[in-house]
This record gives sequence, C-alpha cells and structure tokens, in this order.
Amino acid sequence: MTLLRVEHLSKSFGPSSAIENLSFAISPGTIHSIIGPNGAGKTTLFNLISGLYRPTSGTIWFDDADITALPPHRRARCGLSRTFQNLQVFLNLSALDNVMVGYHLACDGRFLPSLLRLPSVVRRDRDYREQAVALMRFVGLEAFVDAAADAMPYGALKRLELARALAVQPKMLLLDEPAAGLNPKETAELDFLIQQIAAQGITVVLVEHDMRLVWSVSNHILVLDHGRKLAEGTGWEIRHNEDVVAAYLGEGGRHR
Amino acid sequence: MASLWQPRTGGLLALAGVVAGLPLILPNAFYYDVAILVGINATVCVGLNLLIGYAGQISLGHAGFFALGAYASAILTGDHGWPPLAALAAGAVGVGVLSFVLAQPILKLKGHYLAMGTLGLGIIISIVLNQEAGLTGGPDGMPVPSLRALGHTVAGEHAWYALVGLVLIVSVWLTLNLIDSPVGRALQAVHGSESAAALTGVDVIRYKVLVFVVSAVLASLAGSLFAHYAGFITPAEASFARSIELVTMVVLGGMASTFGAVVGAAVLTILPQALTAFQDFKMLVFGAVLMGTMIFLRKGLVPTLAGLIRNRMRSGRA
Repeated sequence: MTLLRVEHLSKSFGPSSAIENLSFAISPGTIHSIIGPNGAGKTTLFNLISGLYRPTSGTIWFDDADITALPPHRRARCGLSRTFQNLQVFLNLSALDNVMVGYHLACDGRFLPSLLRLPSVVRRDRDYREQAVALMRFVGLEAFVDAAADAMPYGALKRLELARALAVQPKMLLLDEPAAGLNPKETAELDFLIQQIAAQGITVVLVEHDMRLVWSVSNHILVLDHGRKLAEGTGWEIRHNEDVVAAYLGEGGRHR
Repeated sequence: MASLWQPRTGGLLALAGVVAGLPLILPNAFYYDVAILVGINATVCVGLNLLIGYAGQISLGHAGFFALGAYASAILTGDHGWPPLAALAAGAVGVGVLSFVLAQPILKLKGHYLAMGTLGLGIIISIVLNQEAGLTGGPDGMPVPSLRALGHTVAGEHAWYALVGLVLIVSVWLTLNLIDSPVGRALQAVHGSESAAALTGVDVIRYKVLVFVVSAVLASLAGSLFAHYAGFITPAEASFARSIELVTMVVLGGMASTFGAVVGAAVLTILPQALTAFQDFKMLVFGAVLMGTMIFLRKGLVPTLAGLIRNRMRSGRA
C-alpha cells in the first residue's frame, strides 16, 4: 500500500539538476521526514509533488493516480496539501478567512450563487466558519480568530498556514520546515500537533532541519543529497548509516 | 433574517441614503449632471476595484470596455434600430466574450507586463473606434438615441439620476455579496499568494478570468448607460487617459474597498468641476491633491479614514 510513489523523478534548472532520478514511496498513515543538507533539493521535491514545478522527467503517483501533469489546484482536490518554508499567508485577509480559503473546495465556488448570496452559500459559509474556528483552536490560535493576518506574529502565522492546509481536508500534508524559527517550547508543541494530525489518519511528510523533531516524530526518513537519494529507512537505520553521518549529520548529529 | 444585517448592510444603507438624499440639496441641472457622471464612473470603479483591489490584477485598458459598451449601444440603436435594452445586453455579452477570450493570454502576465498588455488592449480599441469611421463616425463621434424601455423614455436629469443611482446601488450590493463569499475569498487569496491559493484548490486562472470578465462587463453596462445619457459619444471615451483616470479613482478611494471606489469616483469626478475657479492652474491643483492623498493617505481615502475612526473609538473605550 502506498499513498505517494515517485518514480525516476528529475528536475533540472538549465544545466544544473536539482533532483536526479529520485524514486521512493510513502505509505499512508505514516510520518515521513525528508532531510539533507541545504541545497539537497528538499523544497524542490515538495514543489514537484505539490505541482508548483513540472518535473523534467519521471512520474508522480498519488492515491493510485498519475498526477504528474495535474496543475496544483487539481492536486489539492486529490487530497494533497502543504505549508511553505517562506510563509505564504494571505496577508490581505483575516486569519479566519485564511482558513476559510482552505475550505474552498468544500464551499460553493460558483459565481452566480455567490453573486446573489443564495441561502445555500450563506449556510455553508456559516458551517465552515464554525469548523475553521475549531481548526484554529486545534492549532492553538484561539486568540487570533478575529485578527487580521498582517497583524499576527511569525509563530502564529506558521500555525495559521497549518490550519489552512488542514482545512483542505488532505490525505497527505506536506510541511516545509515547520519548526524553522520556533523556540524549543513551540517546537515541542508542534511535535505534539504533528502526532495528533497523524493520529487523525493524515499522512504527514516533513522537510525539517530540527533533528530533535525529526527523530521524535518520524516513522520513516528519506535523506537527500545533491538531488539524489542518499539513504532511506527508520530513524535508527539513518542514524547508523555511515554515508548519512558523513554527508549530513556529522558525528554529533546522531545523538542530538 | 439575521443574515441580512451585517457590517456591509450598514454601508449599503448609507449609500442608498446618500443617493436618496442628494436630490434635496442638488440645486440645479448642472449638479445633477455631475452626480449622474459620478454614478456612472462609480459603477465602473466598483467593478475595476474587484479586479485591482481584491484580486490584485491591474487593467490600464478598462476605458476600452466602457467605450465598447457605449458604441455597441450607439451603433445598434442608432444605425440598426435595436431596442436600447437589447443593444445594452448585446454590448455586455460582446464585451464579456471579448474579455473572456483575451483574459487567458493577458492574465498569464504579471505586474508591469500585465499593465502593458491591458494598456495595449485599450489602445487597440481606441484606434479601432477612431479608424472605423464608417461604423463609429471616427474621431468626430456619433449621436446616440435616448434610452427607451417598456414604453417609457428616460429623459431629464431626475429620471437619469434615479436610474444611475439604482444601477450603482445594485452594483455595490452584488459586489459586496461577491466579496463576502467563496468566490470573493478566492479572489483575495489569488492576490495574497497565487501558489498558496492554488494549493488550497483555488483554480487561479479561472478566478482571474472571471474577475476580469465581470469588471469588463460592468464597464460595458456603464458605458451603454453613459452613451444614452450623453446622447453623443467620441473615441475619447476609450482613451488611455480615461483608463488611467479610472484606475486613479480606485487607488485614491482605497484598494479593496468597494465604498472607497465609490468615494474615489466621486472625488475625481467632482474635483475638476470644483477646480474650474483655478482656471489655468486646474491641472496643477488636481495633481497636488492626488500626490498629497497618496503621500499622506497611503491606503486611500476610505480605508485610511475608517482606520482612524476605529482607532479613535478604541481609544475612546479604553
């Protein structure tokens, strides 16, 4: 059983290749980490999976369908959702409306019903607004329900992106460096949050540099180096892989 | 009917109140004329603001759509004897189709390139209206029959004031509906971050095209009304200067503020009339007012003032 399968994926920007002949699979219900040095191609890989980039070659299968050629909004419909390393919050909207955009696929996005504000649109909006508030509470943003997004601190914006990504009701959630810029207490809360999300049956894939978080939450780890797969396996296997230690972790990294 | 009473309802009632109350203080036909032009410009700006303020796209060619609506009404009613409402609808449909077809390539552009693309579009429309003299009368313009519908002719400043006021209120109402809906949120999400919008399932291209078409059709409808009201139109309606004027109204009133678009249209329509006393210095004063507003009220008139009032109320409570 696999939820995501990447086969012989390559992406080059001009002469330099960011991802080279990469194949791996992710089974549903797991927490999967992708680690590697800066420039290893982790974010490129996320952009390929979520559809922001088109691969130079290779195939991406999601939920037994070939999504290689699908535009990003169709992949969201298939059940893929993500957060961004450099925040992509809708700063022109309120915090709650950011989460409401996450429910876009569930709401009625047709023009005429919206223009005439039909009762069905109003009702559905109200229902999802309640759910959005619940989601904000779930990620710890109850204090920001009425806030404007551009008035929120960095850590809260990261949670807001998470709430928005969850509102898409994904099967798989891609988290791009969720712990970056967080203090140890916030990281511990994030750790707990990720476990809760996974417990709901959502497959979580994270790109992360905070090794403490990676060791703590991951069932499975993929190590990238220069766009290629360096190693793959459980936390224990990765920590004891000589190549990984040499290329990325260093001697101290095993024990962090 | 709790859903009827929302913050936006207050604004809509205020607008309706102003439209209904103005005749009490408008002294003569000249003032009515200015008020009617304010209403027509405001209708265009409410639509343009959806595109610029909410969806974050720019159009420097909207006068072209306004003029196409105006000429569709002029040509179909004047030369072909169509009923005015049918001509108005035909113009709107034509502009809708044209903007739909053009939106696909144009809205793939971003920033300055989108500005240039729409600018080119406006200029092409202007050139066509100037050159096709057999159809449009060329630079000399053409007369337009009066607006007749359901056996009545809309004549005189009072009737036109009522009609334009009604059209503006309905446009604002529909626009407010749209903004506070899944479609409106999607448009604003496209403005905020196209990648993030796409990854929450928003079909970015579809919504960009949609808002472009909606704003173009609204401009066309306003153009048709203007043609019948003015009774005579020239290609100047499609000029680049006119497109810039429309964008300036939106920016001055406040981006992403529907009432801001109305206020911006009012200020920039009234100001040139009010400044006639300055004669030769009119454009100088006009420019100074614009610069001053943009420097000191960066977000535009309505959002800045609304923010000030909100702060005042908050500090009053504390």
